Amino acid sequence: MRKITYKEALREALREEMLRDRTVFLLGEDIGRYWGGAFKVTKGLAEEFGDERVRDTPISESAIIGAAVGAAITGTRPVAEIMFGDLTSLAMDQIANQAAKIHYMFGGQAKVPLVIRTPFGAGVNIAAHHSQSLEAWFMHVPGLHVCVPSTPYDAKGLLKTSIRGNNPVFFCEHKLLYPMEGEVPEEEYMIPFGVADIKKKGSDVTIVATSYMVHKALEAARELEAESINAEVLDPRTLVPLDRQTIISSVKKTGRLVVVSEGCKTAGVTAEIAAIVAEEAIDYLDAPIKRVAEPDTPIPFSPTLEQYVIPNEKSIINAVKEII
Amino acid sequence: MELNLCKEKLVGMYRKLLEIRIFEEKVFELYAQNLVPGTIHLYAGEEAVAVGVCSNLRKDDYITSTHRGHGHCIAKGAQPKHIMAEILGKKTGYCKGKGGSMHIADFSVGMLGATAVVGAGLPIAMGAGLSIKLSGTDNVVACFFGDGASNQGTFHEAINMAAIWNLPVIFVCENNVYAMGTRRSRVMLIENIADRAQAYGISGVAVDGNDVLAVYEAAQKAVERARRGEGPTLIECKTYRHKGHSRIDPAKYRPKEEVEEWLRKDPIKRFREKLMQTEVLTETEIQQVEKDVLAEIDEAAKFALQSPFPDPEEALEDVYA
Repeated sequence: MRKITYKEALREALREEMLRDRTVFLLGEDIGRYWGGAFKVTKGLAEEFGDERVRDTPISESAIIGAAVGAAITGTRPVAEIMFGDLTSLAMDQIANQAAKIHYMFGGQAKVPLVIRTPFGAGVNIAAHHSQSLEAWFMHVPGLHVCVPSTPYDAKGLLKTSIRGNNPVFFCEHKLLYPMEGEVPEEEYMIPFGVADIKKKGSDVTIVATSYMVHKALEAARELEAESINAEVLDPRTLVPLDRQTIISSVKKTGRLVVVSEGCKTAGVTAEIAAIVAEEAIDYLDAPIKRVAEPDTPIPFSPTLEQYVIPNEKSIINAVKEII
Repeated sequence: MELNLCKEKLVGMYRKLLEIRIFEEKVFELYAQNLVPGTIHLYAGEEAVAVGVCSNLRKDDYITSTHRGHGHCIAKGAQPKHIMAEILGKKTGYCKGKGGSMHIADFSVGMLGATAVVGAGLPIAMGAGLSIKLSGTDNVVACFFGDGASNQGTFHEAINMAAIWNLPVIFVCENNVYAMGTRRSRVMLIENIADRAQAYGISGVAVDGNDVLAVYEAAQKAVERARRGEGPTLIECKTYRHKGHSRIDPAKYRPKEEVEEWLRKDPIKRFREKLMQTEVLTETEIQQVEKDVLAEIDEAAKFALQSPFPDPEEALEDVYA
């Protein structure tokens, strides 16, 4: 099968959906012909579809999302890009109080087919305002779907599903994944929400990991294999809805759980998954659940400091060994 | 202001003004009987703004509204009985009891809903304008908000974006002098909020918001410009709420003389006098309109009171489409 990057996979999804449906349009800061997006995801799309459908905006995050909400409830399918996930704080009212609640608050009258794409993740030395992983904020807002694709294949399939859906989707990309290559078929496909993917089968321990951490978990699993520990690596792919069933089935099989995610440990992604397993499958656990996440600090700048806080294959291996 | 509108239009506007006033009086009456859960923000005193603007709109045009939104709904053509049912938390309300007084919407008449976050409606209205532009129709959006909202960042972001993209949006500021208990002059140095339009390169106009014909005329120009693709307008309507901010507010921060002066400028009384002076309507016709509206609102209240509450489990429905 051909290989393309995560960035190219996202661009293909956007392009295919724009070709298929005239009501799909993009808006965001510097996404148009002059820059092509801070991470170049939308490069070339303005040239193909015009400046009206690939719309550069002022630096006004709240109005970018508000514009997308207003456009979504009146018959279009906007895909808004927020240049860095950290900056979603500027648009939080429009995301959490407007986009997420309009369908419910108005008794189901309005649909909000809106996608918000944004990159999260630490590891490129850009410090506290450009490195966070804030997926948990959005998991806490009923009405949003939350996608966390870890591969080019998942990125493309989930983005197409997001654009065709009728709910607001918070689509979390990862800046270290953009250049990563992976197999993506030429023919069209979609990935349904709420279906986890087992990236590596195993029998001794379940490692649930999200986004870039899936790759760290896979590295850890390879190293553990050398020590005859057979880890299963499970990628939920969407955090809302979350494929509880696949996670619980895996834990029932292995009897052990390590949850790995960037973002602070307290009240984070790992906390929710651990709580679900504790609530629904504690009898199947042979050891305590382990969580590997960032400590409760902002992301620091200096490479030595930053690398210290980001989970990696070593911290995952250590967690596995603590319970085996 | 000349009455250069046909009798049917003028009577229709008078009827709408009255419908809103009597509706709000009924809400207050039901509230006093402890039949309204939560809080209420009454529109009484500001009717000329909603009616003056919405009388220029077609059914397929859009509006966005605020926590003080009952009047906007009625002016855009939503049915009082379903508005009242929503205010009472009933299953037959526009939002099936999930929104209440501060979150009424009727998408079937282009009423895109009320947001209770001050200033949050401006970017949404601008986005609806963008949608219209992309689909190439000649529809317009009227966005209602208060003087308080004009100090939110969303006001500036949304108007600037509507300006650079030349969107068909009429930003209607209902300046009722107080943002909750804070007098406008304490939170901005300029006299006219409409002056802020200049900063974004669009036209802004301040009008007497208690003169329905003045509002109508300003909105007419703005709507025509928007339909012709000539972009947004900011209209500031100077008005006053008869009651306090919400149900618990006796509004003691307002000087008595000021309240009395504004009550003398009541928009409905002024319009009625004008219609009679110019012989558009006779005393008998006026009484007939009033009788009809009273009966309609009584019916609406009866419908709402007799409607069932939603089943508790319905709380779990409509989270996702």
